[in-house]
Amino acid sequence: MSTQVILGQLLVGLINGSFYAMMSLGLAIIFGLLGIANIAQGAFYMMGAFFSWMLLRWAGIGYFPALILVPLAVGLIGMAIERLLLRRIYRLDHMYGLLLTFGILTFIQGLFVWLFATAGRPYPVPAELRGGFDLGFMFLPAYRAWVVAASLTFCLATWLIIEKTPLGRTLRAATENPNLTRAFGVNVPALMTFGFGVGVALAGAAGLLAAPIYSVSPLMGGDLVIVVFAVVVIGGLGSILGSIVTSLALGLLEGLARVVYPQGANMVIFVIMIAVLLVRPAGLFGRER
Amino acid sequence: MAEDAALQIDDLHGFYGESHILHGLSLAVGKGEAVAIIGRNGAGKTTTMRAIMGLLERRSGSIKVKGKETIASPPEAIARLGVGFVPEERGIYASLDVADNLLLPPKLADGGASLDEIYRLFPNLRERRRSQGTRLSGGEQQMLAIARVLRTGADVFLLDEPTEGLAPVIVEQICTVIDGMKKKGHTVLLVEQNFHVASQLADRHYVMEHGRIVDVIARSELTAKLDRIRALLGI
Repeated sequence: MSTQVILGQLLVGLINGSFYAMMSLGLAIIFGLLGIANIAQGAFYMMGAFFSWMLLRWAGIGYFPALILVPLAVGLIGMAIERLLLRRIYRLDHMYGLLLTFGILTFIQGLFVWLFATAGRPYPVPAELRGGFDLGFMFLPAYRAWVVAASLTFCLATWLIIEKTPLGRTLRAATENPNLTRAFGVNVPALMTFGFGVGVALAGAAGLLAAPIYSVSPLMGGDLVIVVFAVVVIGGLGSILGSIVTSLALGLLEGLARVVYPQGANMVIFVIMIAVLLVRPAGLFGRER
Repeated sequence: MAEDAALQIDDLHGFYGESHILHGLSLAVGKGEAVAIIGRNGAGKTTTMRAIMGLLERRSGSIKVKGKETIASPPEAIARLGVGFVPEERGIYASLDVADNLLLPPKLADGGASLDEIYRLFPNLRERRRSQGTRLSGGEQQMLAIARVLRTGADVFLLDEPTEGLAPVIVEQICTVIDGMKKKGHTVLLVEQNFHVASQLADRHYVMEHGRIVDVIARSELTAKLDRIRALLGI
């Protein structure tokens, strides 16, 4: 087996890991702040891809403006959903959040299937990012390198905002003790709306990055979210940085499995999940609640 | 007092889930006054503080802060009227370091202490400003909890058991700070188990029992009523 094959699969793994990272980072922010395991994250990813396609197809707005417009639009839709639906169930058991967001996922997917049918639609790689680099031992397509760099930038920027800014300080405080934070005059309910918006905007941005690689289809998010949930269970929801690291590591591991034992590649993350659950139920970076 | 009361509570009922804790409590704290609520464990003192702050699931009656009705207000709106809350459990954030704990509460009004003034008042906090908030000693955590609200420009302070479980020398330091609040003309409502501390700081004492105020004792009456107070507090 050639190094080229291994490196090729590792690259695919790194790209998948980048998508996992953006998705699970969003999930971690949302779970921390709202206490909701947002299954609908997959729908926001799909909407991100579809909005990019619509912008290009219907308005002629290309990839780079979409990089700002799409997360913004997905975030705003998320904030509206938080205000209208999620807000009503914060006092209830976590299970209700899971059920409600599953319902939202199914509804949004159903809506897009009804409007666009399930066939995939291609989204072209933007002209600036076509071609690639010959590294000698392998060919690295420019767009794939861009996806890894862009998603790491999104993740790192989010991490910096949370760890190093006054807004992040308030977010961390509201995550740890929402009631006390309100008693200091912080509008925590508004912050929760904002946090949900940011969390789903990350999924929307991931959808845009994915659009030129996978075809844009209403069901693209439902499959991904199942894997991402396994990633999140493995990493634990305790740590922002932990969810990024876990995502990339698991993406790579999945790529490696595709070389060594292709038949089991789709299973490997779930097998690891079971093992982690047996040994460390709170996840690798999680804290027991 | 109705016009210039910093805090005016009438017929307050408060609940935790199904249990009815506050049974028609009424009290008033004048602007610039320091008032202590004393009473046995379980009398409802902490619940009263949480009710004023809007942190109870269910409450009814009337709570006016600086003349404004807040019974239906969320905690953040109550805080923005200029209320600084120091909770019984201190509420230091583990996910923030000491400096971030201090900087977290948003500024509510002008006239709060600067970070420099706070570090001068509590040199320990300056030394440990990069430590995780919950790594501090109990006394330091209490100082942090008080220092945190001094910065915001609040002028009505709710202090829930600020000296509980602390060494005498730290209790003295905290009393000095509370005395400083009084001298600045701030309003202080204090829950205090340590009657020595309460009697030193408060202009008046409300005695609480079973979720109601059962007696009011002015500072001048303390010596005369000492036996009754001992009986009420079980000390």
